[in-house]
Amino acid sequence: MSTSTELDTRSSLRWLWRQLTSMRTALILLLLLGFAAIPGSIFPQRSQNPLKVSDYFKSYPGTAKFLDQLNMFDVYSSPWFSAVYILLFISLIGCVLPRTFEHLKGIGAKPPLTPRNLNRMEFHTETNLGTLDQAETWFRKHHFRIRRDGDSISAEKGFMRETGNLLFHLSLILILVGVGFGSLFGMKGDAIINVGERFINIPTSYDVISFGKLQTEKTLNPFSITATDFKATYDLTTGAPSDYKLTVNIADPVGSKEISKVVRVNSPLTFSSTKVYLQANGYSPLVTVRDKSGEVKYQGAVIFLPQDGNLTSIGAIKVPDMQPQVGLIGSFVPTFARNSERGAFSTYPEVLDPRLLVSIWIGDLGLDSGNPQSIYRLDTSDMKRIGLKTLKLHETHNFGEGSITFEGWTPWVNLQIVKDPGKIYALLGAIFAILGLLMSLFTRSRRIWVKERADKSGIEVAGLAKNSTPGLESEIASLVNEMRG
Amino acid sequence: MSSTDYAYLSNYGIYSAMVLFTIAFFAHAVEVAFSVRNVEEKTKFDFTRTKRSGDIGTVMMVLGFIFLLAAVILRGVSASRVPWGNMYEFSITGALAFTGAYIFGLWKYKIRWLGLPVAIAVLLTLGTAITILYRPSAPLVPALKSTWLAIHVSAAIISGGVFLLANCIAATYLILDRYESTSGRPAWALKLPSLDVLDQLTYRLVAFVFPLWTFAVIAGAIWAEAAWGRYWGWDPKETWAFITWVAYAAYLHARVTIGWRGRKAAWLCLFAGSTFLFNYVYVNVWGSGRHTYSGL
Ligand code: HEM
Repeated sequence: MSTSTELDTRSSLRWLWRQLTSMRTALILLLLLGFAAIPGSIFPQRSQNPLKVSDYFKSYPGTAKFLDQLNMFDVYSSPWFSAVYILLFISLIGCVLPRTFEHLKGIGAKPPLTPRNLNRMEFHTETNLGTLDQAETWFRKHHFRIRRDGDSISAEKGFMRETGNLLFHLSLILILVGVGFGSLFGMKGDAIINVGERFINIPTSYDVISFGKLQTEKTLNPFSITATDFKATYDLTTGAPSDYKLTVNIADPVGSKEISKVVRVNSPLTFSSTKVYLQANGYSPLVTVRDKSGEVKYQGAVIFLPQDGNLTSIGAIKVPDMQPQVGLIGSFVPTFARNSERGAFSTYPEVLDPRLLVSIWIGDLGLDSGNPQSIYRLDTSDMKRIGLKTLKLHETHNFGEGSITFEGWTPWVNLQIVKDPGKIYALLGAIFAILGLLMSLFTRSRRIWVKERADKSGIEVAGLAKNSTPGLESEIASLVNEMRG
Repeated sequence: MSSTDYAYLSNYGIYSAMVLFTIAFFAHAVEVAFSVRNVEEKTKFDFTRTKRSGDIGTVMMVLGFIFLLAAVILRGVSASRVPWGNMYEFSITGALAFTGAYIFGLWKYKIRWLGLPVAIAVLLTLGTAITILYRPSAPLVPALKSTWLAIHVSAAIISGGVFLLANCIAATYLILDRYESTSGRPAWALKLPSLDVLDQLTYRLVAFVFPLWTFAVIAGAIWAEAAWGRYWGWDPKETWAFITWVAYAAYLHARVTIGWRGRKAAWLCLFAGSTFLFNYVYVNVWGSGRHTYSGL
């Protein structure tokens, strides 16, 4: 390779770097990031609502496939979104760091020399009274940084503006670092537990769990949480929830002495860097399924998912131990009502008059097919429906192949468990960003010069305000007044 | 008094404020329409003729603000909490912040000429609130029970009020700019400030609230961390708050570092303000996500 092409590459790289770290590019990237965020608020996102995404796929399969190729359902983790913010990040560093060094060097420096021609300045006035000494006293009283050279004074104020500005931009970098750190080294998961059950913090206890990309050890804090009581309070007229209170016994580590705690929506549990949030709640009906001979084949609480604000809930009960296998699609209605339009539904979220509606299927549950199955849905492709029944509390229904008894219910809660070691940096970044903004937006930066005429016929005063912020004119007037005595 | 009594009083407060703003609207309309009738050969203008009418407008605005303030406080008392639980309450508080921003501007920057558009905007907001958005006073849903509600929402609502005011001024700029570059200012607009002043005023309002808006977004993130287990999740409301933030940051940069002034800056400001309104209207009413507290 010849030296000249090497030089070419090097200079074009330098050119690229300069372009990338220019103000204009940063602005464009910033706006681009704003635009890039829009599709995520229009299309459902897998990270927020995977069910809605699959609904979208069912309703518009063609469009959905196309949109999926453009990452429209994972906008915020898509390559193009990441590209914009990584470029912005680099651009920000490339432009803010050199300015910071420049600024640090300027801490002790004197203001620049008084320019020769003052009458070109934005504000310019003259006075025949007063001396440079008087002007200097005034500048000192008002905390200007000054430079006096014989017949002139150059004074400067508003150093904090650039300091605040740099602090703000550096804080943005810190926020981005915090976000990145959290997503690389954090973890997040959900677990639904029935009241009365114990959750032990190991991966298999979770319904969903995801680890950060660089979270190698994948060890979790070894705590346990036993849900002992859950109380939801609702507004009597509207049915809107007014309070959720979960009482738990925690042990950290597992097996140590248990302590009782209360968890509410806005007050999570904390185990060092891990937090546990109360996210959602619902009901699990308690059922017993017996075979023809009356032997218990299934007994327990089955988690049902709420479908509306009054907690009409649906779920599936699977009994593989029977011949043929039995599956039930169920609907739990805490306060029962029925009309022709909606069928059975709930009119209040508390359990006042419960019903369990089941449709009974027999055949092959498909559990051995190897395909992962949702525990909330029944795969009825190899099954046949043999009955339909609305059960009252303690009622038993005999469906020929066996029987089902509606024994009662228990509430369940969804615990969200999150570990985010990066958030403290993001928070610090946010606090410094605001401080920096305030410093930069509310500091006026300006220079004032005072210069004796060569022929001693008077004194010239001139000023320049950065970004033409107002206020300089009256400041100069007050300086001149002082000099005139 | 019972909580429903307080709720009724609050509603009366809203109705009274609307009456006062309507009077202010007419007073300002008279002020604008008849201010420069005494034109002598288009050289001498008499602005004193409708000064009285303008004064009445100002008094009514201030009274309206006081009644609205009382109504918002009573609404809070009736539910024993801060009055920011649903979209009706956001709207009346937003109208309060907007009028407050106008009165602040009146005192600091002499912007009485904005009285007419401000009266119109407040009446529209309150009218929509009390007819379409109205909900009976009720306790908060659990997710909203937090000190952060008071901090985050008040910062957001005040920012919104000032953004709206800045938008009114930027729009005035563009309208007057169009007149000046074609036929010259019409008579009713002669009294309005120069384009330069409007341009500066828009910038100052934005520079003043940008830190507050930044704070509102950050307070929201801190709250989200406490309530939902993550401080940022690209929920539609969060996404649009971010877009608004970026748009205003771009406006400040365009002015300070690239030196945009006048028309281009005013359009950018209008764009940024409309992202805020979009967030409020679209995401609350039609959007999904976790910020669905509109009560609709
Ligand atoms: C490479 C990237 C960036 C560069 C080079 C840059 C540079 C600057 C400069 C030179 C100023 C002017 C300060 C002054 O003259 O007083 C400024 C101000 C500011 N920047 Fe940036 N900036 C960048 C990115 C950002 C980003 C990503 C944001 C956030 C959205 C941001 C927000 C602000 C704000 C709010 C101001 C204050 C405006 C004012 O002084 O009135 N900047 N920036």
